[in-house]
Amino acid sequence: MPENTAHPGVPGVPHIEFRDVVKKFGDNTVLDDLNFTVTKGERVTLIGPSGSGKTTILRLVMTLEELTGGYIDIAGNPLQYEEQGGKRVRIPDKRRRRTTTDIGMVFQHFNLFPNMTVMENIIEAPVNVMGLKKAEAEAKAETLLDKVGMGWKKDARPSELSGGQQQRIAIARALAMDPEILLLDEVTSALDPELVGEVLAVLKDIAAETDISMLIVTHEMQFAREVSDRVMMFDKGSVIEEGLPDKIFSEPENQRTQDFLRAVL
Amino acid sequence: MTPQNSWWSWDHAFAVLPDLLFEGFKITLVATVLGTLIALVLGLVVAIIRRSAPRIISTPFTWVVEFIRMTPLVVQLVFANLVLSPYVDSSLSIGIWVLGIHYTTYMAEVYRAGIDSVPKGQWEAATALSLPRMRTWRAVVVPQAIRNTVPALGNYAISMFKETPFLFVIYVPELLNVAQNYGSTYFRYTEAITLAGLIFLAASYPTSLLIRRLEKKLA
Ligand SMILES: Nc1ncnc2c1ncn2[C@@H]1O[C@H](COP(=O)(O)OP(=O)(O)OP(=O)(O)O)[C@@H](O)[C@H]1O
Ligand SMILES: [Mg+2]
Repeated sequence: MPENTAHPGVPGVPHIEFRDVVKKFGDNTVLDDLNFTVTKGERVTLIGPSGSGKTTILRLVMTLEELTGGYIDIAGNPLQYEEQGGKRVRIPDKRRRRTTTDIGMVFQHFNLFPNMTVMENIIEAPVNVMGLKKAEAEAKAETLLDKVGMGWKKDARPSELSGGQQQRIAIARALAMDPEILLLDEVTSALDPELVGEVLAVLKDIAAETDISMLIVTHEMQFAREVSDRVMMFDKGSVIEEGLPDKIFSEPENQRTQDFLRAVL
Repeated sequence: MTPQNSWWSWDHAFAVLPDLLFEGFKITLVATVLGTLIALVLGLVVAIIRRSAPRIISTPFTWVVEFIRMTPLVVQLVFANLVLSPYVDSSLSIGIWVLGIHYTTYMAEVYRAGIDSVPKGQWEAATALSLPRMRTWRAVVVPQAIRNTVPALGNYAISMFKETPFLFVIYVPELLNVAQNYGSTYFRYTEAITLAGLIFLAASYPTSLLIRRLEKKLA
């Protein structure tokens, strides 16, 4: 059995709350009345077949997609829409940005800024969003780069680095904002198999050393088992089964979960 | 001494050359450089507005841009001169602004293509870092967009240079105008016009080579 670095989070303190969330792309209803809560410090992994809406959920939290209906609250604050006098009111971008400052996301394709060096990538937001002095931001970046094993490449351009190296820098870039929530969308899927391990190792360290809440989409079931407090199985936009990773991965109850896991494991 | 009736006279050639270079070419160069600067700056502004402003603003902008692109430069020069000459002393300034605004519409298209070529993931990474919109444009999108547009922008600068003779129609003493004047004063057009053409060639050919080299370096 792998050692489980997960911890149960602060019970009862909701960090990410989906309330009656609806997301449509045109006529295609991807999420239909979705409700779930991630508590402070909790690590939740989303699994489910392709097209079930996992990425969409993460993108909604990052405000990369606009909600069609319902609400998402972050630490009790409305993220995209709020209820005002019985009406559903859109929250302006500026105010949304104040909430998203506490949320970081790592993408499948890294999305580093190619026109900047590694160091510039990492200090961009701390300097321009948090208002840190350049020297402070750089000192902090050095620490983070060392943590992900990339300190020696701080003056390189992203294009000079391997996928695994770029992804570790993208993780450092997200952490430089001191996020309280980290969203990870298949962060190893674009990597050559031999580079997956180094990225997962970094993420396991972060899971063990911080109390950042995490919402994770991954096909690395072993990794999910080690870091998650809870696994949610999605199908057709709703949660069909959820529970402790050992329970979901070893003795799933739902037939569709069983079929899905048999296909991917 | 070359006989008067021969088709080419070195005397006339040498007589007109200083005027061509130090008056005509100087004005042509000033018009091109300032016109290009206007087009480079306004083109970027227009491209950003068309991409990010709400419909009510960006749609009229699109109409104006299309209108300017679809009417000839000469007509715009004559029209602007007609309307503005009572208020603006220098026909050169009018000419520079017309050139600049005319080319703004072309350069805006180039920038637009450059902006569209920046992957969506770059915008998304900026959102994930909560970067303000302005900062995203300035630090992420524009630097990447411009990289792909340098050659096309350079080519428009050269074509603006080659269209400066149109300033002739509003009596700006640029290269062609100087040559034409010399011709009508001495009834000798060949030397002046030929030299004017050669000066254009001598300036634009090396510039286009430079742009091609730049293009290769950026690719
Ligand atoms: N921008 C978009 N426009 C239209 N439809 C979209 C868009 N993004 C996602 N969809 C649709 O939403 C549905 C859910 O997509 P999503 O990417 O969230 O699934 P997923 O669970 O992440 O799948 P995968 O495991 O393949 O990554 C799919 O049917 C997809 O076609
Ligand atoms: Mg996905």
